[in-house]
Amino acid sequence: MPVPEDRRYSKEHEWALPEPDGLVLIGITDFAQHELGDVVYVDLPQPGDRVTQNAQMGEVESVKAVSELFSPISGEVTAVNDEVKNAPELLNESPHEKGWLIRVKPDDPAELDSLLDAAAYTALTE
Amino acid sequence: MADAPLRTTVLHDDHVSLGARMVPFAGFDMPVQYAGVLAEARAVRTAAGIFDVSHMGRFGVDGPDARALLDWVHTGDIGEAMPMGRARYGLLCNESGGIIDDAIVYRFDDERFMIVANAANAGKVFAWLERWRAERFPNAALTDRTAEIAMIALQGPDGTRIASEVAGFDPDAVRPFNVVETQVMGAPALIARTGYTGEDGVEIMPASETASALWRALMDAGAAPCGLGARDALRLEAALLLHGSDMDETVNPIEAGLTRFVRLERDFCGADAVRAAAENGTARVLAGFRTAERGPAPRAHHRILVEGSDVGEVTSGSYSPYLDTNIGLGYLPREASEPGTPISVDVRGRQIPAQIVALPFYKRSR
Repeated sequence: MPVPEDRRYSKEHEWALPEPDGLVLIGITDFAQHELGDVVYVDLPQPGDRVTQNAQMGEVESVKAVSELFSPISGEVTAVNDEVKNAPELLNESPHEKGWLIRVKPDDPAELDSLLDAAAYTALTE
Repeated sequence: MADAPLRTTVLHDDHVSLGARMVPFAGFDMPVQYAGVLAEARAVRTAAGIFDVSHMGRFGVDGPDARALLDWVHTGDIGEAMPMGRARYGLLCNESGGIIDDAIVYRFDDERFMIVANAANAGKVFAWLERWRAERFPNAALTDRTAEIAMIALQGPDGTRIASEVAGFDPDAVRPFNVVETQVMGAPALIARTGYTGEDGVEIMPASETASALWRALMDAGAAPCGLGARDALRLEAALLLHGSDMDETVNPIEAGLTRFVRLERDFCGADAVRAAAENGTARVLAGFRTAERGPAPRAHHRILVEGSDVGEVTSGSYSPYLDTNIGLGYLPREASEPGTPISVDVRGRQIPAQIVALPFYKRSR
């Protein structure tokens, strides 16, 4: 699966997609879901919670292991993908789209510039 | 201390070239998954899957004292009356009744046997056998056959049919917990109707030089290649214990719920201690639990609580593909081990509600 050019990436394998209204959608990469294997449980913050760049925001658990999720940016959670909580396999099937995790109102949109672009992220995972 | 280099099974190159994800396990570089744990577990429950279990220790025990040696170290009855072609599961106990390993003994004729030990315990088991051979059973010969014979578990409802097609296996002649000496791919091989998944199936022990061709032929016949991840999930669903996690030398077979694999009236190493445990009862016993919801999975070493009090530790825990919830095993005070007892498990600071349930979690329909 190609790394989408429309978003930025953290070294912890999360992506952050700026939306036209200024909010930012956050998820994990195809590389990350592949490394995890079959995801069976996702723990996410609630709408209204605050997330902080590079701080733990939740966890994702596969059949074999649990991994921490780190927020790629700071801000307030405005929405959570309930579908992925109910059907964690969406993270494996569609990590870049249907498997998005949370939507965040960023404190500072310029934080996105501190993240990797698609080319740099691709290089990181090769 | 530098880590010793990982050992490989004769199928290692096949796993790598077929794209399996490899991990270190018991000193071997082994496939943890091929297509994915859930898909592999489903294949084994609904069709057939194959597992490379060549890392396990395979020891020939031969000669006039072979039977008596095995009868002494194994809790199953390896008596004169054990039929030829029979496979028997049991425990190897130390003098205090603690479990050194669990192992299957195969009998081929009066004086020819094989014992298969867990990979992590293979060296310890071989040394244990050698100790008793030297002390009491000098007319037995021990041969480490681990390298010369491979081992492929073919498991699932289609397992015996595929074994018939590929390896000429006759499921009507070789019933569960029996073994046959035969030819596979033109070389000597053993086929045992045993496994570690809760499904029907066989474990094929081919000559090492034919293992790769056999692996490919089994795949061509429809068996899904599987890794250790699916194996662990499947064995836990079937409540088949894993030595090193669910039992070790600090527990006896009674506590581990394995009394049915011990012939208590016999004289075997550790028998006095095991008999005492059976007669007096044990304070703790291995029990199974399942969580009310999917949630975060209890894992080994998480604490088990009853009414807020810490009463024990999870020994194995995982998401169960079959039940679509989390399951686990742990040692509990006997009074807290009754099915229906509500418990909770401390998963990284969260109290996850669960309930004691009867074992196994999964039992195949016959």
